[in-house]
This record gives sequence, structure tokens and C-alpha cells, in this order.
Amino acid sequence: MKKTPDKLGHFGIYGGRYISETLMPAVMELEEAYNRWKKDPDFKKELAYYLSEYVGRPTPLYHAERLTKKAGGADIFLKREDLCHTGAHKINNTIGQILLAKRMGKKRVIAETGAGQHGVAAATVAAMFGLECEVYMGEDDIKRQLPNVFRMKLLGAKVTPVTSGSRTLKDAMNEALRDWVTNVYNTFYIIGTVAGPHPYPMLVRDFQSIIGVEARKQIKGLTGRLPDLLVACVGGGSNAMGLFHAFLDDKKVRMTGVEAGGDGIRTGRHAASINGGTVGVLHGNKTYLLHDKYGQIIDTHSISAGLDYPGVGPEHAYLHDTGRVEYTTITDKEALEGFQALTLSEGIIPALESSHAVAHALKAARDMKKGSSIIVCLSGRGDKDLNTVSKAFNFEI
Amino acid sequence: MTKEKRIEALFKRLKTEKKKALITFVTAGDPDLPTSKKIIQGLEKSGADLIELGIPFSDPMADGPTIQAASERALKKDVHLTDVLGLVKEIRKKSEVPIVLFGYYNPIFTYGLKKFAKDVRAAGADGVLVVDLPAEECDELKSELDRNAIDFIFLLTPTSDDSRIQLVASKASGFIYFVSVTGVTGARKSLSTDIPKLVKRVRRFTKLPIGVGFGISTPAQAKEVAKSADGAVVGSAIINIIAENKGTSGRLLARMGSFVAALKRGVEGA
Repeated sequence: MKKTPDKLGHFGIYGGRYISETLMPAVMELEEAYNRWKKDPDFKKELAYYLSEYVGRPTPLYHAERLTKKAGGADIFLKREDLCHTGAHKINNTIGQILLAKRMGKKRVIAETGAGQHGVAAATVAAMFGLECEVYMGEDDIKRQLPNVFRMKLLGAKVTPVTSGSRTLKDAMNEALRDWVTNVYNTFYIIGTVAGPHPYPMLVRDFQSIIGVEARKQIKGLTGRLPDLLVACVGGGSNAMGLFHAFLDDKKVRMTGVEAGGDGIRTGRHAASINGGTVGVLHGNKTYLLHDKYGQIIDTHSISAGLDYPGVGPEHAYLHDTGRVEYTTITDKEALEGFQALTLSEGIIPALESSHAVAHALKAARDMKKGSSIIVCLSGRGDKDLNTVSKAFNFEI
Repeated sequence: MTKEKRIEALFKRLKTEKKKALITFVTAGDPDLPTSKKIIQGLEKSGADLIELGIPFSDPMADGPTIQAASERALKKDVHLTDVLGLVKEIRKKSEVPIVLFGYYNPIFTYGLKKFAKDVRAAGADGVLVVDLPAEECDELKSELDRNAIDFIFLLTPTSDDSRIQLVASKASGFIYFVSVTGVTGARKSLSTDIPKLVKRVRRFTKLPIGVGFGISTPAQAKEVAKSADGAVVGSAIINIIAENKGTSGRLLARMGSFVAALKRGVEGA
């Protein structure tokens, strides 16, 4: 496979750098720093150290036997990113970025967050390295992910509610970009997903690719061969890129990215940029977007705050066009069923984001031969979603 | 023979008159299309030399609260790029004031680059500035604009180093919009004292006129900036007047008119 992205950050026609001139030198500085440090033995050693001793890597690849039985087909393996410190895969990336920020001499970090998982992961590493941290979060997301808001505050971060637009992840990203443009000299912007201007989609993918590197080794150890299918949820798509990347050259391994179908694609109330959108430009990259015929970004809907975003990482757009990865959707209702199935059959409470992947894996496993295998990226734990889930199930807590 | 471009002609004239340009920014369709038309005509009447017209966008990430709100008001009235072009056409019937469309890339990309450039020309606008389209990504749009003799205006900022100034200058025409602060748009109490130095640095790489904007909100600030630059850009301070008086177009136009006239006196006194 051709090495992507190209020098200016293009994955085919996607990606690139669509940002204001003020930020151009900043992303170029970041690119330069990343290209320098990623080859540096001390940087690599430090990153490996924190991933193992602080994050708790490698995470297990768990054979979910009862879930497998329930589906009745392929063996389902869960890549347990929910067991990472802070409860989601997001910290793989924030560790990497904070080590860069430190080497670049930045004193302050900012982040955007939807579900709060990335915000918590950013606040966590900022606390560990003693850097000032400000997290932008949509007002609506603050309401539905309160536990994570408390965690960020406990970790010493300033959580700034964003009241513009749809008050969700995209608006948080707008506000973070406004902050960055204002404080560009001393501030490092920790982007949480494989989107944004180059080099972010590449850099976040690289930091997350440890998921697939481990899983590839682990599945070979467990089954003696490569898996038949990989499944991961896709909002911006960082956990999916993380799992997929190491397998891209394994032509026989199929991959499915699961977008948030919300109330169903046909209702228009969803967050499935690839399945329901067209090409556009937002937040620094060209990619599939949910926007109207005038190019105005439209409000998205998903039960999962982490998937409630009108765009998708540019490499996913590219992998969709080339046909290497298939992208499908799971509705809110199906995601809740996936949530329940995993909780009851394995005693693992997944994040609502990851529940989309679980739900699709259950469907896919049914149609696959016994003895074949699926790896599902269980990107996060569900504690943060208990409020939303209890409401959906009419459960008093 | 092709007619001289309006922006070029403006700066040439001002130069011989030893004057500086007052450049004003408003969002098209704020607070609604009919009032917007009167606002633009009022700006010209009160002394604006060049009008920057914002194309409303749902996610204006380079703008501060004032222009965000202006964009939201226009979108509430369903004003999109097509309507902005219609507005320019209306203005052009009675006016030769240079007009630059100022916006974000997605509405333009969605409209279609070829059709956009053609329709901009047909409407009678003179230049285009796309905030989130840096020199590295601009070639596709540039070739369409060139074909239609539309100027491509670019931003330069305090963070732009010599090599970026050179790159941007190689793509730009009409004038250079120099952003005086690292930050989003919006009125500010004080301006950076570095502006003359920064403007001078840009001049080393281009003969294009330089307008300075972002944060200029008083006649005194406009005067200060116009001492070193070829023009001062004022946006949010005008939009604040629109926002405060949007219910009564008579008062709005009167207050805006006297403010713009004061800005003009400031720029001319430089």
C-alpha cells in the first residue's frame, strides 16, 4: 500500500491543511518536531515507558466466549482499550502529544472533548507533567457526561463550556481553534482524533497504532493466524485507525468502521459522515461531512457524545474510497442492545461509542463461519454513560 | 482593452492623493438582506473605500463572538452564498465601490469553484478572501479566480515568517490583509505597538498595498494603523452598532454613518 499521507498531509484528495494563516507556522512547527522526535531513541523510550507503566499496556485481547456463543458464529475477541488508565484508548495519544509539547517547550495545553474521554486523558497527562490545561466542551455534552467533567476538574483542568452552535464536539473544536490562534506562542493543541490539519491525522494515528500492533501479535498467539474481520466505531475515528493501521497490508483481513446511525440514516438524525455525507472542508481537513446544500454544517445526533461529530478523519474517507475499509452504521437503539449484550454476557460495561462496534460485531459474527475470528476495539468503558443509559432503559439510579 | 481592476485603481488613486484606505467589514444579510443592502450603501456614503462582505458560515472558527453572532443572525434569515452574490449584484447597479467577499472554504467548495468564480465576476465583486484556505491549498481556486480576473486576497499574520510571506505574496493580488494580532476577529482596547515593524517586513517581499485589521475599533486606532499601512480594516466595531440597533434601521444607519465618518477622518488624518 502507498505510504500515506503525502508531504502536505493528503490522503488521496482528503486531509491537507485548511486553517488560517496564523496557525500555519504552528502546525509546521509541530510537524517538524514530530518528524524529529519520533526517530529519537530517548523519545521512543520515554513513550514506551509511560505506555507500559502508566497507561498499563499492553491491553489484553480477550476472547469473549459467552458473547461469541450468543452471536453463534465467528469467535469474538475484544481489544480491551477500556482497561487503559482513564478508561479509554484516548490516553495513548495524549501521552504522545504531551511528550512532544514538553520537548517543544510549551507551557500550556488545550483540548476539545465530546464524551469527555479525550478531555480526561489530556487533563491526566497535563497533571502528570505539571502543564496548565484548558478543555473546551459543548454545553450539551457537559450535561450528558457530567462524571467526566468532574474528573477533569479534579485533575486541575479548566473546563470551559461552549455555548455556540450545536453545543457539542464540533463547537468545542471551533473554540479550541480560537484559543490556539490567540495563544499560539505558548500553547500546544492536543487534538483527540485523527482529524484536523496535517500533521494531526497522521500523528494521532501513529500514536494510536499501538492498538493494532499489539492486537496483531496477540491474535496470532491465540489463534495462530490473522483475524478475518476488525470492527471499530468511528466518530473522528482514532480508535479505528489505531486498530486498522497495522493490518492495512494484510489483504485478507476485512475491516469495518461503524458510524453512529442515530435514529437511522433515513431520518437525517445521525452522525454518519461517510454513510450519509458528502465531501467538504472543516476543522483543517477535507473529508466527508454532514452539511447542507449551502455548505453549512448541520446538527448531528447520536446517543454517544463521542461519535456526535459531523466529520470523520481524512484517512477514513480515503480508505472508504479505495474500498479497503467498509463503513456501516448502527443506530442508537442497536448500540444500546450491544451495550446490554456485552454487559450481561461478559460483565464488561462498554462505552456507548464502543457499543456501536459491539452491536455490529454481533451481527457480523452470525454470518461468519465457526472458527473464523473478529477483533472488536473496545475503545472505552461505560461508567461515564450510566446517566444516558439509565434514562434510555427507564432505570432509576 | 480590459478595464483596470477596481481594487488596483483604488489604491493607485489613494497613493497619488497621499491618502489611506478605510476598509469596512460587515456580514452579508446581517440583520437581514434589505437592511444589509442599506448598510453597505451607508458604508460607502460615509466614506468606506472598500467593502469586505462576509459570507455567513455555521462554523466561523477564526471569528470572535461579534462576527459569530452576525453570521448566526444572517443564517437565521437563510442568507447563503447565492444570496450574498445577489446582494453584490444589487449594490453594483448603483455603485463602483470595490467589494471583497470574505468567507470560509466549505460554502465556496460546496458551491463549486468554477461556478463560484464565474458568478463572483458576474455579480460584480472584485476580490475573494478565504480565511481557512492557506497558500498551500489555494491553487485550484486561484486558477478559477485568475480566469475571471478576480483578485485573491490573503491574510498574513504576526506568526508568518519570511518564507511564508514570500509564498503568500506570490499567490496574492489586490492587496494583502495583515492581521495585527494573534487571535480571532473582534474589537480590542489596545493595539500591538509592533504593527509598523511588521508591516515593514511584509513590504520587503511585496509591492501590493497592505491593509491592517483585526481589533481596530476606534478612529484613533484606525489613524495609528494607517500611518504605516495603506489601509485600516474595521469590522467588529461596526457590527456591534448593527447588533445594538438592529430593530430600528433608521437609528442603525445614522449611528453607523457617523461612526464610519469618524473612522474616515481618522484614516485621512494619518
